[in-house]
Amino acid sequence: MKNQIKKFYDWVDSRVQLGDLVAFMSKKYVPVHSRSIWYYFGGVSLFFFIIQVVTGILLLFYYKGSSDLAYESIRFIMSKVQFGWLIRSMHSWSANLFILSVFIHMFSVYFEKSYRKPREMTWISGMFMFVLALAFGFSGYLLPWNELAYFATKVGTDIVGAVPVVGEPLKYFLRGGDDVTGATLSRFFGFHVALFPGIFTFLLMLHLLLVQRQGMSEPMHLKIIAKAEKKTMPFFPNFMLRDLLLWLIVLNVLAILAVFFPAELGLKADPLASAPAGIQPEWYFLFMFQTLKFLPAHVWFIEGEVLGILLFGLAGLLWLLVPVWDRKSSRGQQNRWINYIGIFSVLFIIILTIIGWVLK
Amino acid sequence: MDQIGSNKPEKKDRRDFLKFLLSLGLTGFGVATIYPVISFLKPPKQAEVEVNSVVAGKLDDIKTGESKIIRFGNKPVIIIHTEDDKFRALSATCTHLDCTVQYKKDEKIIWCACHNGKYDLYGKNISGPPPRPLDKFKVVIKNDELIVSKEA
Repeated sequence: MKNQIKKFYDWVDSRVQLGDLVAFMSKKYVPVHSRSIWYYFGGVSLFFFIIQVVTGILLLFYYKGSSDLAYESIRFIMSKVQFGWLIRSMHSWSANLFILSVFIHMFSVYFEKSYRKPREMTWISGMFMFVLALAFGFSGYLLPWNELAYFATKVGTDIVGAVPVVGEPLKYFLRGGDDVTGATLSRFFGFHVALFPGIFTFLLMLHLLLVQRQGMSEPMHLKIIAKAEKKTMPFFPNFMLRDLLLWLIVLNVLAILAVFFPAELGLKADPLASAPAGIQPEWYFLFMFQTLKFLPAHVWFIEGEVLGILLFGLAGLLWLLVPVWDRKSSRGQQNRWINYIGIFSVLFIIILTIIGWVLK
Repeated sequence: MDQIGSNKPEKKDRRDFLKFLLSLGLTGFGVATIYPVISFLKPPKQAEVEVNSVVAGKLDDIKTGESKIIRFGNKPVIIIHTEDDKFRALSATCTHLDCTVQYKKDEKIIWCACHNGKYDLYGKNISGPPPRPLDKFKVVIKNDELIVSKEA
């Protein structure tokens, strides 16, 4: 058997020179230092994405993307299909943990200023994936076609409609008409299972290629240590095995959550029902939702909502372009402002999320 | 001697002209490809049935202090049977962010659960984020039936 594998390897190697790849992998080292733990969150995010793809494909075998059948098909998955409840609960939990893990990954990269030259493209591709992750969450939330999803989508798309100039046509495009209807569901289904995964996979490949090509970023304070004194670990197999071990732990946590706290389905969406009390968006939108709630109806001459959207848009744009305007870090100098902005952002998100959670 | 690829003025003109033709063709090709795709993505306008009045049900369908949401065209309308035995009909779509409102019997207000917007029973926005009052509808009682129609 071992001989056969060796033969097959040689057969491939003689055609595409696998030796180069193995040499590259074995020469790749991961820096070891007190903050190495943050390196793992990119890998964990990747693992959650893989789980989303696998469980998502499984759900597609039974899910029906129309307003007449969507809710019933999910009830069928939850109650009749063997382990259907497990697959859907995994998909739902993994979606939430994916976003959490992406948040952690993004902030750790930000605070380490790992986006600095030469890794600007890695940061920007990552930020696009972050936006897509939120879009995945928003579009996937509607697919069960339940009451909460229906109103969340109504509110979410209406907020898009408040954006000056492009808002109204964009809202019409997203909804597939004036209102949230079956047409909206069909669109969101298409976004969620075809358009977004396609774009995301492309960005992910680019992101991983850049990480492999450039290696892991080192914290700035390690620059002064002589190369010979730096501690490192081979990427293959040492770091990769640690990654895999962590993935195994994450999979177990996911299974426990899915078993003990399965995803709910709620009531079917009814355009003639009132919005239920205690309705809220998903936790990762809560801080923005809460901010919009605090803004008065009118600030000076613009509507509070519009102002909020513009401010969030501007903040997002600055965040995306941080490698461009933070020249100091790229020159290897300390930039305290980056830390202050980061700490403010984290506190802002956490505090408003908690307020939103408590106030209901 | 005339050489191929030399930069004689007439040659350059010819090349520029060919470049122009090629880019024009490419642009045309691009537009011809993208235009149908964008048009496809634009949802067609559905023929909206112009509704002026709707029979909302029997008089005793909605008891005193109760409410009901009915479909008016493709929009929801809330009918409230007030304590003083009057019927009021208002658009049930919150003017803030498009949620559907409900009648709160205990507080005698119309309430939107999404962002805690409140309206009085005349549809006037009294608290929370709603920027405008709810649209009013007319209720007429004819042969024990509630008929809701647009305000003239």
